[in-house]
Amino acid sequence: MSYDIKIKNGLTINLKGAAQNIIIKAAAPKTVSINPSNFHLIIPKMVVKIGQKISQGDVVFYSKKNERIKFCSPVNGVVKEIIRGAKRKIIEIIIESIGDNERSSKKAIDYKNLSSEQVKNLLLDSGCWPFIKQRPYDIIANPSDSPKSIFISTFNSAPISADFQIILDDQKEEFKHGVKILSKLFSGDLNIGIEKNNKSFLNDIENVKINTFNGPHPAGNVGVQIHHIDPINSGEKVWTLGAEDVANIGRYFMTGSYNPVRTLAVSGPPVKYPKYYKTVAGSELCEIIKDAGINQNDHLRFINGDVLTGYKVESDNYLGFYNNTLSVLREGNHYRMFGWVPFVNNKVPSIYKTSFSWLFPNKKYDLDTNLNGEERALVVTGEMEKVFPMDILPMQLLKECMAGNIEKMESLGIYEVAPEDFSLIDYSSSSKIEAQHIIRKGLDLMISEVG
Amino acid sequence: MNIRNTIDNLKKPFNRGEKWEKFAPAFNALDTFLFVPNHTTKHGAHIRDAVDLKRTMITVILALLPALFYGIYNTGYQYFSQLNVDYTFVDVMLHGSTKIVPMIAVSYIVGLAIEFAFAVFRGHEVNEGYLVTGLLIPMIMPVDIPLWMVGLSVAFAVFIGKEAFGGTGMNILNPALTARAFAFFAYPTYMSGNQVWVSEASNVDGVSGETILGMLASGDNSLPYQPMDMFMGSIPGSIAETSTLMVLIGALVLIYTGVGSWRIMLGSVIGAAITGMLFNLWGVNELMSFSWTNHLMVGGFAFGVVFMATDPVSAAQTVKGKWIYGLLVGLFCILIRVFNPAYPEGVMLAILLMNVFAPTIDHYVIESNVKRRLNRSNKPIVNIA
Repeated sequence: MSYDIKIKNGLTINLKGAAQNIIIKAAAPKTVSINPSNFHLIIPKMVVKIGQKISQGDVVFYSKKNERIKFCSPVNGVVKEIIRGAKRKIIEIIIESIGDNERSSKKAIDYKNLSSEQVKNLLLDSGCWPFIKQRPYDIIANPSDSPKSIFISTFNSAPISADFQIILDDQKEEFKHGVKILSKLFSGDLNIGIEKNNKSFLNDIENVKINTFNGPHPAGNVGVQIHHIDPINSGEKVWTLGAEDVANIGRYFMTGSYNPVRTLAVSGPPVKYPKYYKTVAGSELCEIIKDAGINQNDHLRFINGDVLTGYKVESDNYLGFYNNTLSVLREGNHYRMFGWVPFVNNKVPSIYKTSFSWLFPNKKYDLDTNLNGEERALVVTGEMEKVFPMDILPMQLLKECMAGNIEKMESLGIYEVAPEDFSLIDYSSSSKIEAQHIIRKGLDLMISEVG
Repeated sequence: MNIRNTIDNLKKPFNRGEKWEKFAPAFNALDTFLFVPNHTTKHGAHIRDAVDLKRTMITVILALLPALFYGIYNTGYQYFSQLNVDYTFVDVMLHGSTKIVPMIAVSYIVGLAIEFAFAVFRGHEVNEGYLVTGLLIPMIMPVDIPLWMVGLSVAFAVFIGKEAFGGTGMNILNPALTARAFAFFAYPTYMSGNQVWVSEASNVDGVSGETILGMLASGDNSLPYQPMDMFMGSIPGSIAETSTLMVLIGALVLIYTGVGSWRIMLGSVIGAAITGMLFNLWGVNELMSFSWTNHLMVGGFAFGVVFMATDPVSAAQTVKGKWIYGLLVGLFCILIRVFNPAYPEGVMLAILLMNVFAPTIDHYVIESNVKRRLNRSNKPIVNIA
């Protein structure tokens, strides 16, 4: 049975600089990186050494805790650098590309006669497994688990984030093939969340549950979709995949080679030519930034991911493994005299009607990274519920996470949430609470105490 | 930005590792009052809403201003209209101001001094909550209360009502009502009776005045006031509580901006109206047969419900809890008025009582949410302890 869900609580933030519907093929990156911090809690065990020549799809490192989960090189190249931090922790692995990635020796894999276990092993050995994440905890799925369902969200509701419709229209066959592989891997419910009134090819995919969602952000968050369709109870696991990663799995089976394509929306108010770039996961950012017409002399912040959930990078850094959006914002390190007075400074929208911004619901804003205040004790109640469309009490859960009370966290629904579900609470909190940070710490506590 | 540079220079000794580092919260409080700081987002969402605690608190103060100005006017009006002398609007406002402005000053000076001291002592920033509390306290006092009593009540409220529980966001009782309750029980002769509600009533012959609720409680139903007076507020009472109209304007500001909880306000009005109607049917004493619509307009009911019961820290915090809390505040307010002639004004005690029970209400709302999640899975949560 498919569902049609209306999301009421949430917030649409209109920002300037959404990427236009143009996909261009980015120049082949000179260097790519694999950043272990993209894979939460994975401790890398290196397989390659500096200077070693590797091919696309060769294993670079595997997870120390689970040797079956392997991380592979997205390009043919030479290991240029392994950047280490304190206690020799591996920060980043940089691979110099030597081009010529399409190798004709590989052939399409006939999945029809494979068993579920064989598909799983292929995904693990090819480096495709990290595409599959699990709830609870929002970490890479454990291959020995059996989930109760798989969820794929095919739309993004976060401000100026990549529109998966554009990305998937470009990779229809790969996506359809990926869905077939996943239903081979797993016999339970395969849920695809689409935006209401979407008429794309997604509606015609067979043997899956198509659920439609309608409403403001975070309607596109997979966690919200799981909560309304098949909520996670204690002890249960649900697997989730990014929309383009389903296509990446499909591509691997269609071509036989691991090629983690990333169609990247470069967006944000300071971007002159916001559009999509088709490149590879971990690609260097400098060429793309130059091409999008971003003036690097401005004091800017580059964000791997959307403006609500991404992480900060420098312009000479690399694209992350999962994100489809590179957001660019102006840094907001300026003072505003008496900026707290209500009904002035209408250029920043607010969930409270203490500015006149609510009069112009369709106006697009040029927000910067100013905190617009300082962190304070939790005083105002009821504001979190306005942007949190789950039957979970967000403030009470946050407080228990701060206190580290595992039993209460469990009963209040920690298994159902991921940091990204709290991103609008970050945004709208009048006490400037760092909700995503608190939830991530709470989840990590659950992993170490409960597992 | 020259002012900015001056402040940055002044701020140097307060920076980390410098001589006056410990006093940084005090300096920051003044600095951030002038300028929204240049802090940028570090963790989490990279963009943030324009609202912060300063802005919400200032919005509440804006909502309080109509009632405050009317309170100043009414203080002068009650005094001059009983003296039978000629007077102008300016006289009225001057008389009111000379009484009320010093009270506000004392409240802010004493309260903020304690708040700053605790911020320095505990090493956290000064929270803005006291901006509202400091204005509320004089507004709910009788006009002739000595200034030292205001100061003492403020000190009690901030020390015992707030900081003893851990500071802003942790207090169980509404601090402003804690101040009033302290004064009420410590100095009853200054807080009740028929000589305190009109300016100079205890000093000048010919000036007196009892609140409507006080008259009714003593069995006197020869009220010299019409319902319109009760609504407009030209009646004796605590400084800013008398005008239902002005409180309604404040309520509209709070509801419109989303800063105050309309659920609590509406819940309280419904609770009080139903209780009032039931007593009207019964009608054994004066207060019982006092029309329920008038009950909503006299005394501190409107003011308390709009500005005190909605204090987010001491009220119920869950959505359903707010409805229950509001209904019970309304119910207990009328109940206390009717059944306890010693406390003709019930709203203060009703709100303080419900402050105490708000965590219990929330507890049951939270439990029902937890139970819903448990029932969904139909299996017990694995006990990890």
